[in-house]
Amino acid sequence: MSHSAESHPSTRLYVAVAVILAALTALEVMVFYIEALAPVLIPILLVMMAAKFALVAMFFMHLKSDGPVLNAIFAWGAFIATAIVVALMAIYGKFGA
Amino acid sequence: MEGPTSTGIPNRKLAMWTFIGSECMLFGTLIATYMIYRGRNLVPPYPHDLLNIPFITVTTFVLLMSSLMMVLALAAVQRNDLRATKLWLGLTALFGLIFLGGQYYEFSHFVHEGLPLSRNLFSSTFFVLTGTHGAHVAGGVIWLSTLLVRTVQGKLDARHAETVEIAGLYWHFVDIVWIILFTLIYLLV
Repeated sequence: MSHSAESHPSTRLYVAVAVILAALTALEVMVFYIEALAPVLIPILLVMMAAKFALVAMFFMHLKSDGPVLNAIFAWGAFIATAIVVALMAIYGKFGA
Repeated sequence: MEGPTSTGIPNRKLAMWTFIGSECMLFGTLIATYMIYRGRNLVPPYPHDLLNIPFITVTTFVLLMSSLMMVLALAAVQRNDLRATKLWLGLTALFGLIFLGGQYYEFSHFVHEGLPLSRNLFSSTFFVLTGTHGAHVAGGVIWLSTLLVRTVQGKLDARHAETVEIAGLYWHFVDIVWIILFTLIYLLV
C-alpha cells in the first residue's frame, strides 16, 4: 500500500469536494449566460477553472498529502503545457496587437 | 509487492505521475492549436451554432462525479471492503461510458449538421482535441473494467490498493483535462 494511504482524506471530505466541483460547474454555466458579466467573463471562468483543477489535483489525486517530488513532476508538466499555450497564442497574435 | 525505493515513492506511482506530466504537454500542444485557430473559422457552420451547452454541462457533471466514485473505490479497497470496491469501480466505469455516449452523440450531431472532421478549422481542431480526450476516457474505462473483473475474481484486495490508486490518478487526470476543455471550448466560445 502507498505510504500516503493513511493520510488520504476522509469520505466526507471527498463528497464535500465533489459538491464544490458541481457547484462551481453550475456557477460557470450561470456566469456564461449572464450578459452583464460578458466584459469579465474570461477572468471569472479562468479562475473557476483553476479552482476546479486545484481541487481535483489536491484532494482526489492526493497531491496535498503526497510528497514534494510528485507535486514538482506535475507542476513542471503543467507549467510547460501552459507556457506552450501562452507562447503560441502570443506568437499568433491572440492577445491583441 | 515492491520493496522500499530510494525516493520513498512506489516506482509505479512515480512512473504514473511522470506519464501524467508528459500528458500535460501532449494536451498543451493540442489546446494551443485549438486556441490559435479559435475565431479564425471562415467556413460555416460556426461553433456557436452547434455547441449545446446544457447537454455538455450534464456530461461534464457525469465525468466530475465519476472522479468521486473513483476515490470512493480507492477508499473502499484500502479498507478491504471488496463489495464497495466493486460498486464504486463499476459506477466509475459506467459514468465514463455515459460520458463517451454523450461524446458520440455530440460528434454524430455535428457530422449530421454538416461538420465532418475536415470541414473547417473549428472541426479539425475540435475533433482532434476532444477525440484525443475521449480516447483517454475509453482507455480509462477499459482499465477500470479490468480492475472490476479482477475484484470480482477475488484477485484484487487491500494488498493491491496501489494498483487502484494508480488507475485513479490516470482517471482524475482525464477529469482535469476535461475541466479545462469544458471552459476553453464550450464557455469561451
